Amino acid sequence: MMWQIFRDNFGLFMQGLGYTVGVSLLSLFFCLIIGTIFALLEINPKRWVRVIGKIYVEFFRNVPLLVITMFFYVVVPRLGVPLSGFAAGAIGLTIYTSAFIAETVRAGIQSVDPGQMEAARSNGLTYVQTMRFIILPQAIKIIVPPLGNQFINLVKNSSVLAFVAGFDLMYQGNLIASNTFETTTTYAIVGVLYLIITMPMSYAMTYLDHRWSGSVKEEE
Amino acid sequence: MGDFAGAYQWMNIRFLLEGLQVTLILSAVSIVFSFLIGAVFGLLRYMKIPGLSVIVGLIIDIIRNLPLLLILFFTYFGLPNIGIRLNALPAAIVAMTIFESMMLAEIFRGGIQAVDPGQMEAARSNGLSYGQAMYHIILPQAIKKMIPAIVSQLISLVKDTSLATIIVLPELMYHGQVLYGQNSNYMIPVFVALTVMYFVVCYALSLLSKYLDHRLAA
Repeated sequence: MMWQIFRDNFGLFMQGLGYTVGVSLLSLFFCLIIGTIFALLEINPKRWVRVIGKIYVEFFRNVPLLVITMFFYVVVPRLGVPLSGFAAGAIGLTIYTSAFIAETVRAGIQSVDPGQMEAARSNGLTYVQTMRFIILPQAIKIIVPPLGNQFINLVKNSSVLAFVAGFDLMYQGNLIASNTFETTTTYAIVGVLYLIITMPMSYAMTYLDHRWSGSVKEEE
Repeated sequence: MGDFAGAYQWMNIRFLLEGLQVTLILSAVSIVFSFLIGAVFGLLRYMKIPGLSVIVGLIIDIIRNLPLLLILFFTYFGLPNIGIRLNALPAAIVAMTIFESMMLAEIFRGGIQAVDPGQMEAARSNGLSYGQAMYHIILPQAIKKMIPAIVSQLISLVKDTSLATIIVLPELMYHGQVLYGQNSNYMIPVFVALTVMYFVVCYALSLLSKYLDHRLAA
């Protein structure tokens, strides 16, 4: 039964899977850029710059993803910017997730010993050089496992595209469920397809977290 | 599309507040159930009981790695197919509880594991039973470590209740959609109101987290 539904709708399932992976990677790319920018704003020596970073992060972390996405799907096109469902979903996902990634990056940077910054600065490096060559390379090890978890969240949250006709896995799953009337089986297949992406990622991040936090302890 | 005065007449605000009430009820009930089930599952996974803990761990990992929206569809549209028919609110509560309890279970396990194992050994060699050591020594220390993670999970839970709009649960997001569906001039004001209402609830929770963190650290 399960196999037959999967085989009959193989094309739709695969298209959905492709859109889900695609939108997640696309979002991740922009989230990393935006998230790092706002993380750097949040730790900037100037107070008013920090406030700007803080407002962005706190605002988007405390508003539902669905509200942000629907805003881009319903309101923005009426303001004269035509957006497809997929585009609205991708923008919503990116803005929402970038706030979480900013927090992850900030925590990573701040976990680097402040003595590193002082030492680099007193050796004549500028603030930007120190960030680029001294602080960020050390922070990356601490940032990668939680970043991986954010990517898993991104894959799961991309199901919000089903609200805006974004052709992702959840959207196609609903379509197949309502065509075949086999809701239970179809959703089970959709679940397995999500798990194929998220489970290996999740175990890999747990492994990296153990390994890298282990190596940090050894160095001490 | 920006008729703020019309959109914010009392009738509409009251309509949104009724939605907020459903959102809060759904959140509160799901939180209570998730806490209880999450604590049990987290402990079972931590205790490494042969066989059982592996199965519990697998269930936790599977559910944590699925989208909540899928679980919601499953409880509302999938279960009737195998003879279990739930109304929108119970279906939403069941879905939220399944998902959030497993997220909390992992937080509980992580918190307990973060307590120095020497604490358990010391308590046991002082004559406390495993249950006593867990209840009086380990859990109080673990709770302190868990609070920030628990609260941010609760914030996620409140935000995620908005997904229940897709099964026509009359919560805040759904009532918002009904309002701007009636009059497209209400669109922007309604989105502003939705944002403010969700933000106030979630931000209050995050302030609570900071306060507790501060109090307990001292």
